[in-house]
Amino acid sequence: MQNLFAPGHRACAGCAMPTTVKLILDAAGPNTVVASPTGCLEVVSTPYPESAWMVPWVHSLFENASAVASGIEVALKRFGKTDINILVIGGDGSTLDIGMGCISGMFDRGHNVKYICYDNEAYMNTGVQRSSSTPYGTSTSTTPSGKASFGNPRPKKDMPAIAVAHKVPYVATASVAYPVDLRNKVKKAIATPGPAYLQVNAPCITGWNFEAGNTVELSRLSVETCLWPLYEYINGELASVKKIRSKKPVEEYLKVQGRYRHLFKSPDGAELIRKIQAIADANVKKFGLVD
Amino acid sequence: MKLTIGAVVEPGSTMVTKTGAWRTFAPVVDHKKCIKCSLCEIYCPEACIHQVEGLFVPDLDYCKGCGICSHECPRKAITMILEEK
Repeated sequence: MQNLFAPGHRACAGCAMPTTVKLILDAAGPNTVVASPTGCLEVVSTPYPESAWMVPWVHSLFENASAVASGIEVALKRFGKTDINILVIGGDGSTLDIGMGCISGMFDRGHNVKYICYDNEAYMNTGVQRSSSTPYGTSTSTTPSGKASFGNPRPKKDMPAIAVAHKVPYVATASVAYPVDLRNKVKKAIATPGPAYLQVNAPCITGWNFEAGNTVELSRLSVETCLWPLYEYINGELASVKKIRSKKPVEEYLKVQGRYRHLFKSPDGAELIRKIQAIADANVKKFGLVD
Repeated sequence: MKLTIGAVVEPGSTMVTKTGAWRTFAPVVDHKKCIKCSLCEIYCPEACIHQVEGLFVPDLDYCKGCGICSHECPRKAITMILEEK
C-alpha cells in the first residue's frame, strides 16, 4: 500500500477520516491534486508549518473547495495537463451545508473534479453541532436529547440523490469498513470523465461517543443494519448495490453509541427506534439490499 | 514564526510530531498468529503499521493506541497492553 498521508497528523485516536483519506490517495496515486474545505481534515492534517499531505493540497475557505478545484482543473487543462486527478475531500458540514452552492456550480459546469465527502454526520471539529447530514433522532450539542427534545428532529439530507439530480455521471456511497469497495469506487470515479460524487461513512469517536477501537466495526454495522446502503449510480441509473446477507436490527448499531443513549433510557425511545428501523427498511426496499 | 508566501509547507512534514506520546495502550503483535492479511496496515489511521522484514510492526513513534488494529485482526494476533512509564 502506497502511503501518501503521513503520520504525525493530529486526528483523535480512533478517527476514521485519516484511514479514509489514506485509502482514497492509495487508489488515486501520486499524480493527484487535492483541495479541501475547512473541517476536521484541514485542521488535523495541516497545523502550520506542518502538512501530512504527500500530494499537492490546497485549502481556501469553508464554502469554496469545489470552486477552487474547478479553477485548478481549468488551469491545468489550459497548460495541456489533462492526466492529473483533481479531488476535493471534505466533511459533511462543508459538503451538505456550507459548500452546497459551489458544489452545485461545479457539477453544473461539468468539471473533471471528483468530490469525496467523508461523512461523520455533524460538525465534529467545532464541538458536535448538527449538520444536515445528521440522522434522525441523533443527540448533538445543538439538538440535545432531554425532556423537551429527542435529538435531531429532521431526516438526513440525501446528498447522493442531489448529485444524481445534477446529472453527475458517477455517484456512489462507500464505507471505511469496506476498503476494497472504497478504493474501487475512487478508481471508477477517476476513470469516468466529468464530475463524480462519493460519500464515505466515517465514524467519529468524539461525536458518536463509542468504545475506542470500534471505529471500523461501527461503520460495518451501519451497512449491515441497512442504515448506510452501499450503491453506485452510473449516468443516473442504479448500477450496483452491496447486498446484505444477514440484516441486523438497528438497535445493534444504536446501542453502542453515546449519541443514541437517550433512545434506550427515555420512555419514548422504543417509538424512536421503531422510526429509525423504518428508515433502514425503506432503504432495503428502495435499493433492494436483501434478496 | 515566519509565514511563507501562500503558507506553503513541506509535504509529509507532520512527521516531526511524534504522536506516540498520546498513547495509553500499546499494540503488541504475536507474529506466530499473524496470517499477513495486512488489514491492520489498511485500517491504521496513523498509517504507522508497516511490513518490516515480512512482519507487520506498529511504529510506536506515531501509534496513538486507538486499538483499531487489535479489534479488526481476524486472528486476534494484536493485544493492547497498558503502557506504564
